[in-house]
Amino acid sequence: MEITPDAYIYWRHGFAKLNLTIVTTWGIMLLLSLVSWLATRRLSTGPDIGRWQNAMEAVVSLIERQTSDIMQRKDAHRFMAFLGTIFLFVATSNLLTIFPRYEAPTGSLSTTTALAICVFVAVPAWGIQELGLGRYLKSYLAPNPVMLPFNVISELSRTIALAVRLFGNIMSGSLIVAILLSVVPIIFPVLITILGLLTGMVQAYIFFVLAAVYVAAGMRAMGPGKKKAQQQDKEEDLHG
Amino acid sequence: MDSLTWIGLASIVVAGLTIGIGAIGPAIGEGLAVSSALSAMAQQPDETSSITRTLFVGLAMIESTAIYCLVVAMILIFANPFWNYFIQQAAQQAGGGG
Repeated sequence: MEITPDAYIYWRHGFAKLNLTIVTTWGIMLLLSLVSWLATRRLSTGPDIGRWQNAMEAVVSLIERQTSDIMQRKDAHRFMAFLGTIFLFVATSNLLTIFPRYEAPTGSLSTTTALAICVFVAVPAWGIQELGLGRYLKSYLAPNPVMLPFNVISELSRTIALAVRLFGNIMSGSLIVAILLSVVPIIFPVLITILGLLTGMVQAYIFFVLAAVYVAAGMRAMGPGKKKAQQQDKEEDLHG
Repeated sequence: MDSLTWIGLASIVVAGLTIGIGAIGPAIGEGLAVSSALSAMAQQPDETSSITRTLFVGLAMIESTAIYCLVVAMILIFANPFWNYFIQQAAQQAGGGG
């Protein structure tokens, strides 16, 4: 029994390998692109909109609302493309486990690490864009310079945690189903699959929320100047 | 018993202990988190949606410690590095001897 879909290798040329994870990932990417192309082919405004457009609008507005709720920023739509893509990819790859013989690419540590590295790169990129390099780097010295190594460690460890959490949840779900199939093949595996679907959706949402929280936190400076400005804002709110 | 048997025995016993002990802490933590979220919701019913969202994120963070234990246990049972190493050694010895 294999614990990750990385172990099924179709093609190998020296260092490069083509395994089931990559094939499934590209399949999901194709599926998502195809569905979005179909849904946005004939966009229309007005009372009569197609059912594809309707569904797509529901999904997009859901992601938009959640993003702005979590990030508490007015310009949250800027991050919607990145965060929404992560959410849609993880949710789709977990949702497709209803099909037999399908192995979710999120059940492989390489996929989840790649997603976590995307977040790891996006946080300082947007942080520097918002605050400038100096103030962003200074936020690592908050609350005082003694905390610098701990801030760096927390940055790294939360990336690892992001990757291992998703991997562990999905991998354990598929592994438990595989073990149960060899023990009780009739009804029980179906129930566990349904539980796995719930876990998969929750994990997709969690990944999305955590990425949004990290990005929002990376763009918030904790230096003394910013704090004073925030206090002034608050006082103005109170007086105004 | 030879070393392979010992490694197998140790892996299985330690994997069981890892899951068993590793589930205790997260279970207590999740219980505390849910109970305080419930009392917060009872006091502030208007804030239910934001409390629920924070609760889910917190639960996932707490649960990830249990998931780490699970991953360690899975590695011990299915992908034990020592196990693979000693099987290789045994194969080499058998190949060299025979």
